[in-house]
Amino acid sequence: MSETIPRTLIAGKGAAPARPGSLYRLSRQRSTIAFLFALPLLVVVGGLIVYPGIYAMYLSTLNRTQTRFLGLGNYTFLLSRDTFWAVVEQSVIFAGTAVLLKALIGIVTAHLVNNLPSKGQRKWRGMLLIPWVIPLSLSTLGWFWLLDPTYSAFNWFFARIGGPHIPWLSDPMWARFCTILVNVWFGAPFFLIMYLAALKSVPQQLYEAAAIDGANAWQKLIHVTLPMMRNIISITVLYSLIVTFANYDIVRVLTSGGPRNKTHVFATWAFQLGIASGDIPLGASVSLFMFPILGISAIFILRGVRRRGKEI
Amino acid sequence: MTAVAADTAPVIRGGSLRRSRRWALITSYVCLALFAIFFLTPPYYQLVTATKSSEEISNQNTDPWLPSFAPTSENIVNLWTKTDFPIYLRNTSIVTACVVALTMIISVPAAFALGRMRFWGSGILATGVFLTYLVPDSLLFLPLFKVVGSLGLLNSYWGLMLVYPTLTVPFCTWIMIGYFQSIPKELDEAALIDGASHLQMLFKIFIPVALPGLIAATIFAFTVSWAEFVYPMAFIFNSSQQVLTAGTITTLVKADVYQWGMIMTAALIAAAPPLILYAFLMDYYIAGLTAGATKG
Repeated sequence: MSETIPRTLIAGKGAAPARPGSLYRLSRQRSTIAFLFALPLLVVVGGLIVYPGIYAMYLSTLNRTQTRFLGLGNYTFLLSRDTFWAVVEQSVIFAGTAVLLKALIGIVTAHLVNNLPSKGQRKWRGMLLIPWVIPLSLSTLGWFWLLDPTYSAFNWFFARIGGPHIPWLSDPMWARFCTILVNVWFGAPFFLIMYLAALKSVPQQLYEAAAIDGANAWQKLIHVTLPMMRNIISITVLYSLIVTFANYDIVRVLTSGGPRNKTHVFATWAFQLGIASGDIPLGASVSLFMFPILGISAIFILRGVRRRGKEI
Repeated sequence: MTAVAADTAPVIRGGSLRRSRRWALITSYVCLALFAIFFLTPPYYQLVTATKSSEEISNQNTDPWLPSFAPTSENIVNLWTKTDFPIYLRNTSIVTACVVALTMIISVPAAFALGRMRFWGSGILATGVFLTYLVPDSLLFLPLFKVVGSLGLLNSYWGLMLVYPTLTVPFCTWIMIGYFQSIPKELDEAALIDGASHLQMLFKIFIPVALPGLIAATIFAFTVSWAEFVYPMAFIFNSSQQVLTAGTITTLVKADVYQWGMIMTAALIAAAPPLILYAFLMDYYIAGLTAGATKG
């Protein structure tokens, strides 16, 4: 008996080369099928996102009729234009202020909703997310009408209480304010939803431990809630920075870049130059100026998402 | 004495706690009501305007914030009979339906392959998919203008069906990868032992189990295609091929005399399908929103 065991082991060894072979074939077949499943995705991502991205860089080196190579000519031309610097200024103010306000309103409203008895939370959450659900170009049209030069319903209300008549969209500063206002209105509900989900995932024991240590509400926020939410806050802020920076709808519908090009952002100015004026290479150069900030944000988002994936 | 003090103290503290809790609750409701007013003012005002005739709107003596004293249906009738709005509605419906179907056909098998089957480079590809999701339409529309033009699809909604997947496919694939990965490994091992092929495994096991994710991805693809604005603005210049968002803003707002009642009616009808979908499938909608940052 004791001798048969090594024999079967030897027999097992003898059979071994055949088994890895079939396993190897199986896994190769498996990865072939997997590759075929992913092929349409590769076509879409490669053909409609990566290729156009590289093609945009090539386009930006051509002249208006796309017949002559200019090198960095388009870029140096842009850097010498005042409108370009106005666009940079407006884009930075627009995205920076709007993202900051959205994050603040998001944190505040998420805490408020989280304070409510759990039965009512769903109803409030559903109501407060409505701005995010309406197609942005159409809700901005509603704002455009609210801010109409003669029939503005806000101005009608101010006139009633003896307030000033505000030139919402015809004064550059007010027009900038309005673009930010509409963006905050549209984007804050998204922050609310993200932060509310994050608040729910903070373990209750941490608050209990903090309460035993005598922490007040403010200390709980600073020392428990915010550190636990740090990751989701940074993901949301960076994602929103990309979307806000690249936004086209609001400025196009509200001001079309006016008055005096003071509200143009990269997206609307690139559209203006590329489609309306027909200079695709120059427009492509303008939109490519968005790329560095998008790329840097994207890398940090990815890092945050990976870390969050490990936490869960 | 000390025992009594110890007994009464918690009662008093309990009372003040309850009272402060009640005040916190009332403050929460008041603040949330203010935010709700801010968030709901534009849709409310659109609704109020949509029921008014042009004469009533231009009369500065009536309160613009109050509903009409004589609600009219002329806006919706004019919109339907005198403008291209029905064409836009039809075009948007066709484009959205096709893009949603196309997105699902592309992203579900791809997510299954990337999240579940693994092959050489699948990890890098999954990361790449996430990064392409972050590439905005306003960066791509100019090179895509050339690509769509070279295919002869400019000024046709077929061109839109080609380019909309750039916005829907990466995110839908990404959240489906997350849902597929959360399914226990024993399930596909059991299916493999029973001799199921990969296609059978996908359709008989993974799609039914990951159905909530599938619904969330479908809702996302629907709302994005329905609301897209940059691509139709850039690629469509003929009313017969135009979609709702760009059509409403370019043709209805262009006239010398703004017909605000009609424009607001158009905006409301155009916004209704995503809102209705949201009203019925809110939990899936929110799951899809938050999944992008927490899964994968």
